[in-house]
Amino acid sequence: MKPQEYQQLVRENQPPRAVAKNTLMAFLVGGLISLVGQFVLEFVSGVERTTNEAAAVTLAIMILLGSVLTGLGVYDKIAEKGGAGAAVPITGFSNTITAAAMEFRREGFILGMGAKMFVIAGPVLVFGILSGFVVALIKAVVLGYF
Amino acid sequence: MSYVIAFLTGGLICAAAQLILEYTKLTPAHVLVGLTIAGAVLGGIGWYEPFLKFAGAGALVPVSGFGSSIARGMLSEIKRLGWEGLFTGAFEITGLGLAAAVVFGSLMAVASRPRD
Amino acid sequence: MAANLIGRQTIAFNGLPRLVSAYTIVGRLEGQGPYRDFFHEILDDDLVGQKTPEKAERHILEKAVNEALRHKGLAPQDIQFYISGDLLNQVISAVFSARSLGIPFLGIFSACATFAQGLGLGSALLQGGFADRVVVATSSHYQTAERQYRYPVELNIQHRPTNQHTVTGAGACVLSLEGEGPKITHATFGKVVDMGLKDPNDMGSAMAPAVFAALEQHLQDTGRGPDYYDLILTGDLGRQGLKMLRILAERTGLSLDSRLQDGGALIYGGNPKTGAGASGAACSAVMALGFVNAQLQAGKLHKVLLVGSGALLNQLTVQQGDSIPTVAHAVAIEA
Repeated sequence: MKPQEYQQLVRENQPPRAVAKNTLMAFLVGGLISLVGQFVLEFVSGVERTTNEAAAVTLAIMILLGSVLTGLGVYDKIAEKGGAGAAVPITGFSNTITAAAMEFRREGFILGMGAKMFVIAGPVLVFGILSGFVVALIKAVVLGYF
Repeated sequence: MSYVIAFLTGGLICAAAQLILEYTKLTPAHVLVGLTIAGAVLGGIGWYEPFLKFAGAGALVPVSGFGSSIARGMLSEIKRLGWEGLFTGAFEITGLGLAAAVVFGSLMAVASRPRD
Repeated sequence: MAANLIGRQTIAFNGLPRLVSAYTIVGRLEGQGPYRDFFHEILDDDLVGQKTPEKAERHILEKAVNEALRHKGLAPQDIQFYISGDLLNQVISAVFSARSLGIPFLGIFSACATFAQGLGLGSALLQGGFADRVVVATSSHYQTAERQYRYPVELNIQHRPTNQHTVTGAGACVLSLEGEGPKITHATFGKVVDMGLKDPNDMGSAMAPAVFAALEQHLQDTGRGPDYYDLILTGDLGRQGLKMLRILAERTGLSLDSRLQDGGALIYGGNPKTGAGASGAACSAVMALGFVNAQLQAGKLHKVLLVGSGALLNQLTVQQGDSIPTVAHAVAIEA
């Protein structure tokens, strides 16, 4: 059998994926985490001076939440059911950092945990900064901020 | 009401991401980076701010909110400092969260072990 | 034509090396499956009190070998060669176990087909008169496999139905031309087969063609039909790989009914946490040395063909866009 033939056969025989169920679960889990975030945001907004500061503190609290749930061994179980609903919120970002830290601590704090803590979250940081830079630069030049 | 909007918006963004994962060969890493870039671009243009006002945490919590925070931080720092703001602004809003992630992540690494 | 070579890829062991002693250790999840009573030891703690899962894996591999020796009153000095492998880089678990055992070491690697490869090579050493006794052993561990091939254990991942779960465990056996035990009659070593599949989340489909090729070659070389065997046990294709194998067999008119089973699909009993089933170098070792061995000795099975299956990828090859090469080795055992 030729490779292309077999690849086609494999494609045709993949087990069905519960797309509707997975999407619904992602919606529910993601919505729930956002709801928790809203509670935090409204509470913090009463205390902080500016909206940017309120946003920063809210993100930090959600990051702590993700970190704790990861440490308790719960977040990966939430993700198994919730898929993107667990990966997309900032708690997911925090989970990648905490999970890596916990895992690689076994190779020592400096060469293990320290070196590999951002191995999964790295792309989000790198491309967030790169794309922000490009857009902010263009906007600033166009609007004559410099 | 703001709670309902936050729930729905956050949920919808995650549902959209799930659909992309189900129907394309893109990996979660691709989708997250894509969302971050989208947030940064919209934040840079100025369209994420009204979205944040409307949806609150529903716009802030998904990783697109993180991307927008980077861009908005850059813009506000540019106004304050000039061109250096392009760089110092990256962590103006996100810095608190990043440092928190390092601290709490390290704490969890010390306090507990990975379990199957 | 070499004296013991039959057909293209099969060796016949006229001296009939026997499996004189065996010991299997499995982790907690395997100990909850339907084959738990066939394993010699079930762990309470998958880390066996060690600081890292890598240290735990080599510990259980070493223990499996020591127990297999002890059961027959043998010591490392009585063994001429130690054939061993595992899934980790530099077959490091095998290496460290060999360090403790002090038996001349032959490290091997075929991913999850390593055990079958070892049985074949060990038998060849005995048949050729190069050794009186050899030990063949393999190990794998869920956490060490996740670290090397995939992701941190606590990372948010949603698994696919085709993902498999690496077996935590080790299987070790002593082979000799003298003594009592199931007899190894033939080994068919497979070529590396690559059908251009690139999805690391579906290794079963990638491995099925290699298993089919090895099986077909074995039957051709020995002149046997699949009905010669009571059981054809593939290593760890998982439910998806097994399904693809059946499709491939059907297309060539090879009738493989319920006598074809897959160790990976069986060992967890369909536990939904394990996706399409088990994988790991220990899977075929513990199913062969635990389940098959016991059934052969009890007279419930008489002629079994083990076909170990391995997916020969690593993290870099996937990231660099390579497809997944696979291999399968078949070993025939009779009571």
